Amino acid sequence: MAQVEKRVSNLPATFEWEYAPAPEARDIVQIREQYGLFIGGEEVEPRTKEWFPSISPATEEPLFEVALAGEEDVALAVDTARNAFENGWSELAPSERAKYLFRVARLIQERSRELAVAESLDGGKPIRESRDVDIPLAAAHFFYYAGWADKLEYAFPNRTPRPLGVAAQIIPWNFPLLMLSWKIAPALACGNTVVLKPAETTPLTAMIFADICRQAELPPGVVNLVTGDGTTGAHLVRNDGIDKLAFTGSTEVGKLIMRELAGRNVKLTLELGGKAANVVFDDAALDQAVEGIVNGIYFNQGHVCCAGSRLLVQESIYEPLLEKLKRRLSTLRVGDPLDKNTDVGAINSKAQLEKIRELVASGEEEGAEIYQPKCDLPERGYWFVPTLFTNVAQSYRIAQEEIFGPVLSVLTFRTPDEAVEKANNTPYGLSAGVWTEKGSRILWMAQRLRAGVVWANTYNRFDPTSPFGGYRESGFGREGGRHGLEPYLRFDE
Amino acid sequence: MTRLSVKKTYKLYIGGAFPRSESGRTFDAAGQNVARASRKDARDAVRAARAALPGWAAMTAYNRGQVLYRLAEMMEARAADLEAACSGRSEVEAAIDRTVWYAGWADKLAQVLGSSNPVAGPYFDFTIPEPTGVVAILAPSDPPLLGLVSRTLPALVGGNTVVVVAGESAAIAAVELAEALATSDFPGGSVNVLTGFADELAPWLAGHMDVNAVDVTGVEGPTVELERAAAENVKRVIRADADSQSPWEISRFLELKTVWHPIGP
Repeated sequence: MAQVEKRVSNLPATFEWEYAPAPEARDIVQIREQYGLFIGGEEVEPRTKEWFPSISPATEEPLFEVALAGEEDVALAVDTARNAFENGWSELAPSERAKYLFRVARLIQERSRELAVAESLDGGKPIRESRDVDIPLAAAHFFYYAGWADKLEYAFPNRTPRPLGVAAQIIPWNFPLLMLSWKIAPALACGNTVVLKPAETTPLTAMIFADICRQAELPPGVVNLVTGDGTTGAHLVRNDGIDKLAFTGSTEVGKLIMRELAGRNVKLTLELGGKAANVVFDDAALDQAVEGIVNGIYFNQGHVCCAGSRLLVQESIYEPLLEKLKRRLSTLRVGDPLDKNTDVGAINSKAQLEKIRELVASGEEEGAEIYQPKCDLPERGYWFVPTLFTNVAQSYRIAQEEIFGPVLSVLTFRTPDEAVEKANNTPYGLSAGVWTEKGSRILWMAQRLRAGVVWANTYNRFDPTSPFGGYRESGFGREGGRHGLEPYLRFDE
Repeated sequence: MTRLSVKKTYKLYIGGAFPRSESGRTFDAAGQNVARASRKDARDAVRAARAALPGWAAMTAYNRGQVLYRLAEMMEARAADLEAACSGRSEVEAAIDRTVWYAGWADKLAQVLGSSNPVAGPYFDFTIPEPTGVVAILAPSDPPLLGLVSRTLPALVGGNTVVVVAGESAAIAAVELAEALATSDFPGGSVNVLTGFADELAPWLAGHMDVNAVDVTGVEGPTVELERAAAENVKRVIRADADSQSPWEISRFLELKTVWHPIGP
């Protein structure tokens, strides 16, 4: 009988070494003390006379003050957008509309360094991500949809596309400029005008975008920005002058919006929460899978609606995979978002940090086993150590609820059928990941996963040409690609 | 001596069978006693539709197209009965022709509605349409037969399973259509037909947590309460023309799935 050798780790220990600080220069952004609302091409003071601070989550320092838009401000923005729609923008030659959008794309590229630093300062995400992902993709989005503006009739055979009118748009704080671009670029390309509400905690790049609109000489009123909190968003949803509402955010708020818009003739698209499964089969390339798992859940501090927050591992590779994963976790650098070596930045806000802590505590209480690498965190600011839970049952809150933080729940499966069953066992359906070297299994899984985006042997990839959006309670409508035009059009048939 | 004819009982069509309403209720439609479905019948129909979904959705598009074509054949064979249940010959002909038209769409949808996406990186990326799931259809009463066909077939051809509630004055047409459906190789439960009072059944279907989309085209008057109920599980709410024919009607009942894979040696 063959001797069974006891499993010993043959992975080398990770190095304990110090990185020299590599801070990105902050002075490229000229932050003003106060930013008003952007309505009709001008900065205006809020009728509410109220302002609120935007805090740097990495240092807790107030960066600037921004206007709190009330009902009257929102109404003014919607009326202004309506006026711009009816008096100019909707009659403008589509090829001219295209050129405005190309201008915007170019300006984002030109000011990309400034925008990247601003994004990391205001929102806490690592400069590596804002510089290499958020801002280039934002520019690419405008460039892509610019080209559609004068080709819409080719996108919808045998239909006559028409703009809707005024598009109201509400975006989250996790990818501020990128979400703004996902919303504004297709809306304008289709001939609509826009009132957009940036997220409460991350208005800075939107304020710079207002300046980009001026530089692009975009006609006044085509883009209007109303800053504020949830009450501002509610005023925008309730305003009866809007023709379209696009919302990206939580499923809870998405349902409120659906109820609010019931019986009203407002075209609605929702991009809501997720609890994506990242499924790793025993034949997967493990080192690549580990990178994909890490990118899936720790990218942007896990503040990603499509984050791979549930890891489903085939039982036979559970131990070696977890060993590699824990080792990789210990090499993640958490800290100053403006440091170019930082992998995981600051949690976006105090409220979000508390939510993550609460859910993590529930995981421990319910019986899951927590693992956190040793990690020195800065004294000030909002931080959370990259965390993984093993011994997680499907019924635990950490396996059902969206945490929106750097917290991974690990579950196991034996057969492909069981993997599908567990992966689909949430009310969500935004995204999923599959790791296997077997081509037929990838397609088999891709067919069965109830999710709008399936990443096979990769994770968290985005592109303006690639439609993105959810099944089931993750919302409806697509952003990106030819399909991303439809939410901003009506059709004369 | 003249022969006494055998008269038909007008029943529901659930899970491939023709039950009476569990409530034992009927109502008078054009002089006939027709089953008046209860909320429990509606729930049974949803359960049958959910159970039939994996099979119907996984069927090849070619096969689904043939099943729809078979429906046209069965409708043609029952043209006289259908004619008596609607506005007449021309409506029946239009309904049959529309069925053939939708049958032909089954294996073209992915090509017309899907895409290959030229992403800026070494990835193969494509988008395909997939069924939304279980669809509840509150069908229009007018035109009786064509309204049922125009709302139900776009949902079915894309791979959804359906619970359709016929308008009160379309009840006879619905039963005749159900009998054609039953002989067309539709798997039991893939399409379920309820007769009764739509306003009684609609709230239960709109609020049902295992229904993925609700078509309110046939609802007369405001749909506010139905839409609010639909929000509970983010149902797709669909409102269309009672008599339309378009691939875009099919796409209302579809989701889009995007798949990425790296390209490398």
